[in-house]
Amino acid sequence: MRIKLTINKKKRVYEGAPFKRLIDVLRENYELTGTKEGCGEGECGACTVLVDGDPVNSCLIPVAQMNGRRIETVESLGTPKSLHRLQESFLREGGAQCGICTPGMLMSAWAWISRGGSARPSEIRRALAGNLCRCTGYQHIVNSVIKIIKERKRESRTK
Amino acid sequence: MPAAGTNIWRREGPEKLCGTARYIDDYTFPGCLFGVTYRSSIARGLIKKIVFDPKFSWDEFTVVTAKDIPGVNRVVLIENDQPLLADVKITHPLEPIVLVAHSQRHKAYEALSHIRAEFMEQPPVLTIEESLALKETLYSMDNAFKKLLIERGSVESAMAQADFVVEGEYRVPHQEQAYIENNGIAAYFEKDGSLVVMGSMQCPYYVHKALKAVFKLSDHRIRVIQTTTGGGFGGKEDYPSMIAGHAGLLALKSGRPVKIIYDRHEDMAATTKRHPAIVRHKTGVAKDGRLLAQDIEVIMDGGAYATLSPVVLSRGALHATGPYECPNVRVRSVCMITNTPPNGAFRGFGAPQTLFAAELHMEKIASVIGMDSVELRRKNVFKLGAVTATGQILRESVGAREVLERTLKRSRYAQKRKEYSRWNKNKRHSTWRGMGIALVHHGAGFTGSGEVYLASRAGVSLTQEGTVKVLTASTEIGQGTNTIFAQIVSHALDLPQTMVEIEMPDTSLVPDSGPTVASRTCMVVGGLIERAALEMKEAVVRAAGEFPRTKKGLARAAAKILNGAPFRAFIVQYKKPDEIEWNDHAYSGDAYGVFSYGCVAVDLEVDRATYEVRLRRLTTVQDIGRAINSKLAEGQMIGGITQALGYALWENPVYQNGFMQNSQLTNYIIPTAMDTPPMDVEIVEKPYSHGPWGAKGVGELPMDIPGPAVAAAIGHATGLWMTELPILPEKICRKINAN
Repeated sequence: MRIKLTINKKKRVYEGAPFKRLIDVLRENYELTGTKEGCGEGECGACTVLVDGDPVNSCLIPVAQMNGRRIETVESLGTPKSLHRLQESFLREGGAQCGICTPGMLMSAWAWISRGGSARPSEIRRALAGNLCRCTGYQHIVNSVIKIIKERKRESRTK
Repeated sequence: MPAAGTNIWRREGPEKLCGTARYIDDYTFPGCLFGVTYRSSIARGLIKKIVFDPKFSWDEFTVVTAKDIPGVNRVVLIENDQPLLADVKITHPLEPIVLVAHSQRHKAYEALSHIRAEFMEQPPVLTIEESLALKETLYSMDNAFKKLLIERGSVESAMAQADFVVEGEYRVPHQEQAYIENNGIAAYFEKDGSLVVMGSMQCPYYVHKALKAVFKLSDHRIRVIQTTTGGGFGGKEDYPSMIAGHAGLLALKSGRPVKIIYDRHEDMAATTKRHPAIVRHKTGVAKDGRLLAQDIEVIMDGGAYATLSPVVLSRGALHATGPYECPNVRVRSVCMITNTPPNGAFRGFGAPQTLFAAELHMEKIASVIGMDSVELRRKNVFKLGAVTATGQILRESVGAREVLERTLKRSRYAQKRKEYSRWNKNKRHSTWRGMGIALVHHGAGFTGSGEVYLASRAGVSLTQEGTVKVLTASTEIGQGTNTIFAQIVSHALDLPQTMVEIEMPDTSLVPDSGPTVASRTCMVVGGLIERAALEMKEAVVRAAGEFPRTKKGLARAAAKILNGAPFRAFIVQYKKPDEIEWNDHAYSGDAYGVFSYGCVAVDLEVDRATYEVRLRRLTTVQDIGRAINSKLAEGQMIGGITQALGYALWENPVYQNGFMQNSQLTNYIIPTAMDTPPMDVEIVEKPYSHGPWGAKGVGELPMDIPGPAVAAAIGHATGLWMTELPILPEKICRKINAN
């Protein structure tokens, strides 16, 4: 089965088992190991990627459903030498500790931010409730997201 | 510029944030096989035979049983009673029996369904009560892995003279560490026959020691490398030694690299948990609130093998009194065997269990003698010069009273108690509201003479190129080891922290600085590298006249002291501070070099219809000595508190016939961002003279505090006395119906 999909702005043609999980396709076929597996049943959110801008658990999706879809993984944000502003905010605020939930957390947070989500902590907490983190207790993550939303608001006002 | 005390950014943060940090499952090895484990389906019995489906084509697979072990079939740790693979005897559910490897993950899993072990079942002992009643005798004469007694003064005579005697019983369950990265290890043999093991772990040298016995290899023939580790919390203290053994055996037999990555179910069901415990208090109190006698009984469930239980019990017993001075104390503690998967290390290591009891019991005492529980705490709390149950005199760095007062003030505890008492009288409100408080201590580093026995070694090196490297086997598992080590060394050398590198935790490159446990990494190992850095500075100054602050300058200075060698390492060994004295036989003396102190106030509400508990706000103040990096320290405090809120309210491992029934993140509930309240955090800095830059331990302390504070707050809200964790809505419901 041939599946055409766009991953991090690159057009790809996947040929192989149609029921292979999206997470395995990303990690094994395209060596995008930034997407992590924590539970394999859609509970922890470590494998969150964006499909057409929506955060989804890539461990629950057979690649067959991805024909014509646009997928973004953590690798679409920044690189260690040139961090995306959200990544830098996480670094500054202490939003990452062990780091295993971080790629998924960033994708859920970025989906919230890029849709113009509010900076209210309770709403951010709801937006991130599908991503489990066992290290941080979430507060520093929430603060990282608030900072970026506020920065973006200030910028759009000055533009 | 001073590096310690600043919030520099997490050193390995950029790689973690970009997904380029490599966890064990992100590594590929040419020709690698994937290993899986066939486990027992009974709790106790004998293996009659293992049947391999004759119709299945086994020649594609590598199969390992106990017979394939070249050395000792044991996971070497303390008592060395746990086999690497069950041979004859089954002592707990999901005990590993057979290992299978195949180049394709799904095929390896498929093979498991073609193996069938036949057992002769024996009656299992599944609970602390059954073990105490000697339903079956499984270990020694009394089923006790370990017993410890702490005695001070005379409990009997003091109890007889007390105005009040208050008794209480408290219970805490298993708890799953639930790191988000499951356990995983890869192993391969080099051409020269030496074994290399890589993976997710806290203690590379524990794995190293365990592998030596299994493979009969000498020190230098085994190399253990920690890969980026997605959380540990104690859960990766001892169990990686087991998996490393398994992966190594499959690698030995197949002649290929082998990777074993547990799935979530296997990781939760088969690996270690926090020890469940029953704690009983009988306390003699004077009319004015002075504690006269504490008689405490601690019973823990160790599971099927001793593993770390003796030390977990010790820490539990040593914290059982709470942070209070009492002239007459007796702590009787025992850890029992049961036919359940062995319990092990989990942040707090016995202390959250006994401190839950100690702190909630303070609430009970207060209500019995008619005194405010805050006043009761003020009356008895550790002060400078206080003497603990083991006779330890608290000579310095005692912030207990201060963290209590600061928490009361920041949380507006007294006003809110009053306000909520009024709120609760109004029947039109859909919730009851409550404020609860708890105050604890936590000893940093190994207990008693533990650090002396460990004799940890750590250091720094200077290379030809002028690079300063930190050499320790202490692992970065999310807590910030890399960052604070760089800060400590750069502070000691007065160098920019970017000039300090952290060597990989690879046993072929770094000395054994002991395990990454027990809140010891910053305080104990950090102290060693600070000393080593100062030695290096002295050597450089002696040779070069000054300590250069540029890489070029350092390279020039290095040339003068290296004599052509590529680098010189300055390694120092742990030295016990002179004033610390501990008697292992009497179990008395200085149990820890120093204690950290923490207080939590919880503001919560209970739904009057569903009995759901919602956390409104949490305030915490903790004395952790000088904070090397307060942002990272806050991360430890908030994160540890969140785990403890799970322990208090939601995390409920259910066991049937010794098997965990809810071994999924779907039905074992850890806190989400929505469950966790906003937290107000303050650090109190009472410097410790033997800690680097005055630092004490912070890793475990926050885990000890919230449990009793939550129970006290629920008590304030509902008037119910909840003595067993987790406090689920159904438990509140039952209690309300019973009343």
